[in-house]
Amino acid sequence: MPRKPRLAVFKFASCDGCQLSLLDAEDELLAICDRVEIAHFAEASSDLQPGPYDVALVEGSITTEEDAARIRRVRADSKFLMTIGACATAGGIQSLRNWGQIDEWVQSVYPSPEFIRTLATSSAIADHVLVDFALHGCPINHHQLVDILVALAEGRQPRVPSHSVCLDCKHRGTVCHVVARGIPCLGPVTQSGCGAICPAYDRGCYGCFGPSQPANTTSLVSQFRIHGHSPEKLVPLLRSFNAAAPEFQHASEQLVILRPSNEGCRS
Amino acid sequence: MPIVTSNDLIEVPILTRVEGEGGVTIRLRDGAIDNVKLNIYEPPRLFEALLRGRPLEETPDITARICGICPVAYQMSSVHALEAALGIQITPKIRRLRRLLYCGEWIESHALHVHLLHAPDFFGAASGIALAQRFPDEIKRGLQLKKFGNRMLEVVGGRAIHPINVRVGGFHRLPNAQEMASLIPHFEWGVQAATEATRWAATFYFPDFEQPYEYVSLTHPDEYPMNEGEIVSSTGLKIPVTEYDQNFVEEHVAHSTALHAVRRKERTSYFLGPLARINHNRDRLSPTARRLADEVGLAADCRNPFKNIIARCLELVHAYEEALSILRDYDSTGIAHVDYQHQDGSGCAATEAPRGILFHEYRVDQAGRIVSGRIIPPTSQNQRQIEHDLVQHLTSRLQAGATRDELAIDCERLVRTYDLCISCSTHFLKVRWEESS
Repeated sequence: MPRKPRLAVFKFASCDGCQLSLLDAEDELLAICDRVEIAHFAEASSDLQPGPYDVALVEGSITTEEDAARIRRVRADSKFLMTIGACATAGGIQSLRNWGQIDEWVQSVYPSPEFIRTLATSSAIADHVLVDFALHGCPINHHQLVDILVALAEGRQPRVPSHSVCLDCKHRGTVCHVVARGIPCLGPVTQSGCGAICPAYDRGCYGCFGPSQPANTTSLVSQFRIHGHSPEKLVPLLRSFNAAAPEFQHASEQLVILRPSNEGCRS
Repeated sequence: MPIVTSNDLIEVPILTRVEGEGGVTIRLRDGAIDNVKLNIYEPPRLFEALLRGRPLEETPDITARICGICPVAYQMSSVHALEAALGIQITPKIRRLRRLLYCGEWIESHALHVHLLHAPDFFGAASGIALAQRFPDEIKRGLQLKKFGNRMLEVVGGRAIHPINVRVGGFHRLPNAQEMASLIPHFEWGVQAATEATRWAATFYFPDFEQPYEYVSLTHPDEYPMNEGEIVSSTGLKIPVTEYDQNFVEEHVAHSTALHAVRRKERTSYFLGPLARINHNRDRLSPTARRLADEVGLAADCRNPFKNIIARCLELVHAYEEALSILRDYDSTGIAHVDYQHQDGSGCAATEAPRGILFHEYRVDQAGRIVSGRIIPPTSQNQRQIEHDLVQHLTSRLQAGATRDELAIDCERLVRTYDLCISCSTHFLKVRWEESS
């Protein structure tokens, strides 16, 4: 029998929720540990083994010089590097700083800003190193994570569906909020994976799984404008957990240009 | 894990089995503990800054992302603070559903900490997974306990991590009655299983260590505190949450360069979390949890932080039992949320996160935007107390002849009793240490 793949989990700027998803696989956790060797997972184990690793799960975005250097070391130690979640894949909610003044932001939060060393941007892992696979979501879906780990343990190519949330609503039989209520919903341009929960709970999708492939965000936003939704409403919708994903960033920046004044365009 | 030791310096570079990333530096002088510093190197994400100018309706979705283990706590403190700013009165039904959602989070968070993060310390195991070799039934039971907490979060909140159903004024929609009813048998099992888990944890060996803590928690005349109540302390403080700033302050400490919350006048540390809550509210635990607290012999004024695990288990029983009673009474009639108008205003609120009091304050404008926000997480309030405890505990361990490697392990074990939540790092600074000459 071939040896078990060695798994490592690394955290950068994030909330911990995506790596917690592995521990949230309550029914599968002990069985997964039979299939893969957990070599480095600080949140779950004090037994931290050095690399090299077969699979590295990377959570969080790069916001400091130290982390920019650390991700290169992680890459060098890892055969297959997979980002888990919106922070690692697109920069996360903290990428809103990319549109702000970092010095002023730090001053507004910390009384002694001179002790804070942080970059002016929050960037995706793929901006720094080669990423072999990106798992979307804020947070990721733990069933998708388990499927991928099993695929890797068996030497199969990992796959997740890339269609939009829209299709999942049709499968669930959820009435379309855009058509029926005229509310803006990012379901048509957001990748599947959450189970289309927001529309099923009577609210529009806020895009936490990031852009689907392909995603015609510009066209969707034009439709929302025809329905009478203002850029003041649509810019924050596009600029949230995947604000710096190119398909969402481009559409939000087009909207800012349309505004009579750029006041508040940070939002 | 690698532990770097030298004559005068013991370093725990990565605290494991805690949420988020931090370390501890222990400095010795003339063979005695000189000081101990909790080193938080979680990068700042600047939540209070990024909220400014955004629609206030987004606040519960955004602040949830401060922490993947306790997102509901952030959602609850933020909606209560915003409702105070907007003058919104929620209905009794919405209030009960919020408690139900919070029960789900306490269950998920406490079951995780007790079984996978903390219990391994009492047996010298590296992880909960390793502990499952020795205690397969107990760890599997713990995972099931955790799972039904998550299932509750999915039914009421839409999903377990970063629920999507919470909004200012209530919920986007009421939970489905059939889905709620389907949870009842699991929660009946849960009350029993959590009771057994408590009996198991009470048999652990607890180091003989007690401190004269000032316990701080919420208290409420009719119920075990979660979403609301007054702030009380074991030294007699009793204040409404609106007087938080007159009594507590975040202090910038020169020697550690980290912000610690302390009592405003005395500049002393205080202790938040399950032991503090039980000490102040023991008679408001659910009937099974109250009986069990007596049965396992938890002292009325327990001051041993290692026994936080027993308090956490008792709250697990409480959360299962209270959730069960709300589930049994549930029907899906009534409004999901209260409507409101935007207005200029400010408001604050504190709720009991699994780790202790979480304080939020917001100012909003007439256009419905956040003008400013302030968030004080429980771990930043416990930080000073943890450092104090470490000095006391490690000093006595050193006097008892502990080696430096043993001290580093003792240090991690003590920190873990607090169930640290480092990603809740809105107020943490990156710490740089100076070598003492």
